[in-house]
Amino acid sequence: MTELVIIGGGPAGMSAAVAAYESGVRDILILERDKKLGGILQQCIHNGFGLHKFGEELTGPEYAWKYEQKVRELEIPVKLNTMVLDITEDKVITATNEEEGIFQIQAKAIILAMGCRERSKGALNIPGSRPAGIYSAGTAQKYVNMMGYLPGKEVVILGSGDIGLIMARRMTLEGAKVHAVCELMPYSGGLIRNIEQCLNDFHIPLKLSHTVTQIHGKERLEGVTISQVDEKRRPIPGTEEYIPCDTLLLSVGLIPENELSKSAGVQMDRITGGAVVDQNRQTSVDGIFACGNVLHVHDLVDYVSEEAEIAGKSAAEYIFKKNTEKEAVRIPITTDGKIRYTVPEVITEKKDISVFFRVADVYRNVEICVYNDKNEKVFSRKKLKAAPGEMENIPLKAAAFENAQSLRFELEVK
Amino acid sequence: MTRELTCIICPRGCALKIELEDGKILSVSGNSCPRGEQYAKDECCNPQRTVTSTVRCEAGRMVSVKTDRPIPKDKMFDCMERINAATAKLPVHIGDVILEDVFGSRVVATGNAE
Ligand SMILES: Cc1cc2nc3c(=O)[nH]c(=O)nc-3n(C[C@H](O)[C@H](O)[C@H](O)COP(=O)(O)OP(=O)(O)OC[C@H]3O[C@@H](n4cnc5c(N)ncnc54)[C@H](O)[C@@H]3O)c2cc1C
Ligand code: SF4
Repeated sequence: MTELVIIGGGPAGMSAAVAAYESGVRDILILERDKKLGGILQQCIHNGFGLHKFGEELTGPEYAWKYEQKVRELEIPVKLNTMVLDITEDKVITATNEEEGIFQIQAKAIILAMGCRERSKGALNIPGSRPAGIYSAGTAQKYVNMMGYLPGKEVVILGSGDIGLIMARRMTLEGAKVHAVCELMPYSGGLIRNIEQCLNDFHIPLKLSHTVTQIHGKERLEGVTISQVDEKRRPIPGTEEYIPCDTLLLSVGLIPENELSKSAGVQMDRITGGAVVDQNRQTSVDGIFACGNVLHVHDLVDYVSEEAEIAGKSAAEYIFKKNTEKEAVRIPITTDGKIRYTVPEVITEKKDISVFFRVADVYRNVEICVYNDKNEKVFSRKKLKAAPGEMENIPLKAAAFENAQSLRFELEVK
Repeated sequence: MTRELTCIICPRGCALKIELEDGKILSVSGNSCPRGEQYAKDECCNPQRTVTSTVRCEAGRMVSVKTDRPIPKDKMFDCMERINAATAKLPVHIGDVILEDVFGSRVVATGNAE
């Protein structure tokens, strides 16, 4: 029996491990399928990490290294090159690596920290053949940054998520010509600072309300046709433009990697693609916690670390049975659609909490309002702008849901 | 003259407005913190960027690097040329200096390679 098993050794897994250790748990094991700790940050060599958490601007590998050093210092056991294959509701983990073959571990508590993967299939709903030269932006990032291989010289990027923007700059600096970044929506899904420093700095056009409508080339990509789209996101005839290129990168979003969570019988949320959790990041299965991108996609790793600390601390409380002494409550949180989801989705303890959420569209002059089941406004905050690319975060005092049976999050647009 | 910029110092991305007269800055508005004001001034007089990239090590491996301070924006491609011409000796540790004096900065490793 291992007290705490953490699946995934990215920033979420490492922060959770450190927090659990600091809360008194000593019997911890991190399982990571890669040959190194660090997760996706290893390939994110750009800077922009850690401003919030460490007050300095770090690159991805530097941020990961800070946590890896802590894990080493505390001598928290890690099994690398180890792939977790299955988790049961009774917290039996099946994993495999070269030395041990297939083996099982019974855990008292589990923290899910498997991160996310790139969306790709849906976006390729494009007529034409499938020649070589089409990559997801994250795959291209891995080629360029980890293997030193530039996948092409003439590039078009579909989707303006942060990875696509970062790759536009990266490939430009390495000598490629990025002809355009096409975004289906009328706004970008990436951070404004990335549009500024990755596109505008290099005069790369961002074509909003545009998509790729045709792929040309048989063996190797020769070009793409892009078209403008209308409000219903349908291509507008007559707006086609042919761009010769040898590389098309897809940067169309990330989805939490949750096959394992499902096998553990954890209740999932349709909108986030992650588990339904309470303020302690505990899932519907007692003793199974989730944090980081496996729970909902974060744009800032600093928030991943914070969330993982909550999960790590809560797992410790669970292991030491501290939470059985607390008064049981169950306050579900609903949203109005303009606010797409909240994490947590249910409150099970009367203490001050933070609630994270994303909005569905770009809204200006908004008021974030929280109502209880008696329709009393228990929280409100005005903002000039809210956009889907930026995760919001509000503090809720325990007093705000003192006598509530449920809470409702609304975005009022002035 | 008014110049509009997006502050890139932190993820908040404040929309900055700079009032200029004969190349002199009269006022900066829209920033939520003092770093934004400094960025606006730098961006108008001497725009600078930190460059992040990778350096080839012996044995064909790659290690990530950055300039340890921002360099003039128009020197980014020259900086890349210097980085791409370099080879790092193994092992490389985070913080190791790979290149000295690259447009007023040093290129340092941001990753480890054994
Ligand atoms: C390209 C890109 C650019 C980004 N840019 C920024 C930025 O500029 N600033 C910023 O703050 N944030 C940025 N982020 C966001 C931030 O990097 C992520 O939010 C953060 O890394 C997520 O951490 P995680 O631990 O949840 O997931 P990950 O880092 O993905 O780690 C998950 C780990 O779990 C392992 N794993 C998965 N399944 C299994 C299994 N079955 N068995 C064993 N191990 C498994 C994986 O190998 C991986 O190591 C960026 C993200 C990406 C992808
Ligand atoms: S002005 Fe300050 S808060 Fe606003 S983006 Fe710049 S650094 Fe961030």
